[in-house]
Amino acid sequence: MKERQLVVVGGGPAGMAAALAAREAGVADVLLLERDQHLGGILNQCIHPGFGLHHFKEELTGPEYADRFAARVLADPGIEVRLKSFAVKLTPDRRISFLRPGALEEVQAGAVVLATGCRERTREMIPIPGTRPAGVYPAGLAQKMVNMEGWIPGREAVIVGSGDIGLIMARRMALEGVLVKAVIEIQKSSRGLVRNVVQCLEDFGIPLYFQHRISMVRGRDRVESVDVVRVDDEFRDIPGSDFSLSCDTVLVSVGLIPENELLEMAGALIDRKTNTPVAPDVNLTSLPGIFACGNACKVYDLADWVTRDSQLAGRMAARYLGVADL
Amino acid sequence: MKRRMTCIECPQGCSLEVEADGSRFIGVTGYKCRRGGAYARQETEAPLRTLTTSVLTSGLELKMLPVRTSRPIPKARLFEAMAAVKLIVVTSPVKAGAVIAPDFLGLGVDLVACRPLLKK
Repeated sequence: MKERQLVVVGGGPAGMAAALAAREAGVADVLLLERDQHLGGILNQCIHPGFGLHHFKEELTGPEYADRFAARVLADPGIEVRLKSFAVKLTPDRRISFLRPGALEEVQAGAVVLATGCRERTREMIPIPGTRPAGVYPAGLAQKMVNMEGWIPGREAVIVGSGDIGLIMARRMALEGVLVKAVIEIQKSSRGLVRNVVQCLEDFGIPLYFQHRISMVRGRDRVESVDVVRVDDEFRDIPGSDFSLSCDTVLVSVGLIPENELLEMAGALIDRKTNTPVAPDVNLTSLPGIFACGNACKVYDLADWVTRDSQLAGRMAARYLGVADL
Repeated sequence: MKRRMTCIECPQGCSLEVEADGSRFIGVTGYKCRRGGAYARQETEAPLRTLTTSVLTSGLELKMLPVRTSRPIPKARLFEAMAAVKLIVVTSPVKAGAVIAPDFLGLGVDLVACRPLLKK
């Protein structure tokens, strides 16, 4: 079996920052596994500006932010990047199995950094009653379709959830000529940044309904309309407050779940509520030599903070390997 | 006349109180950095936004290339800009920052690539 000093799983902002920082701290040999055909992770589909204000002191789009790190990773002879490589198994003694085109490989790592990001919460995870027609998408999936594949998912959309992804997709769809009828938020305020409420909704005249929820999705084969109802402070429906919005598309932006299947497989403690590693400090897990950083560790609101904390994860791995003092 | 606005220059989102006479800027309070003051003036006189979108490619490794305007453009012309973007197909490999459309819409800004893209 091949042996590597450090294996980083995930080539998004977290994995790239961890790999580069580990190298700077003295790790000689890093293997970076990325399942996609490019480095960058979700940044590749985040084509809007707002990245890098802290780290680079200038405002970049997601792909630009990713490219600055990717260029350094690819130029570093001490980092081997394996694309289209999907880690499928991790053991507590840090053996990693990964699929690459045509083969299943196994590698023994001195230390492991898991930078596997998040998955989206879906419609099935929040109670939205009604039929199951086509046209209901997780907002991040729709973002990838619109920004990377050039597919516009519908003509008239309602967005559930006013987190940053929901807000940014509202603007994106509006720019693409989709009539965005409303953003529906069950809470009293947006979880997203104020600037996104302003530049994504107010700029385009998109109504934002706080303390409202979708009580029903209607439509046989395709979404035809949604029922919206106002809720009180205990999230109970207020009778008589409901109204209907016709639409053919519903984007669901209701949060992210840290992706820690590999860590769980290795037997680490996972907080069932947040799906994050149980550990005394950021980037740590309950298993020695196995670290988790970026959105796999906790859900961040800015990529800049992912970079900052993931650099620390790279240094922590270097210290564990005995090549650096922290 | 006083008007409230939220600065969109950075994630802090300062709440600004702007004194203006129509589009004539008089003064602003509430900002925490220099960019906020400049934003309030610009937003009052002529709002600007950076456009980011994707353009179709042909024969390259991704189906779409993310692009941006090199500087913010008038907010009122965003949809006109989107229509113009739809007419572009990128067929040659590009480096990050490569100009895709110079002097876009005659606005004195370029449409630039946000990432490198190689041939398929």
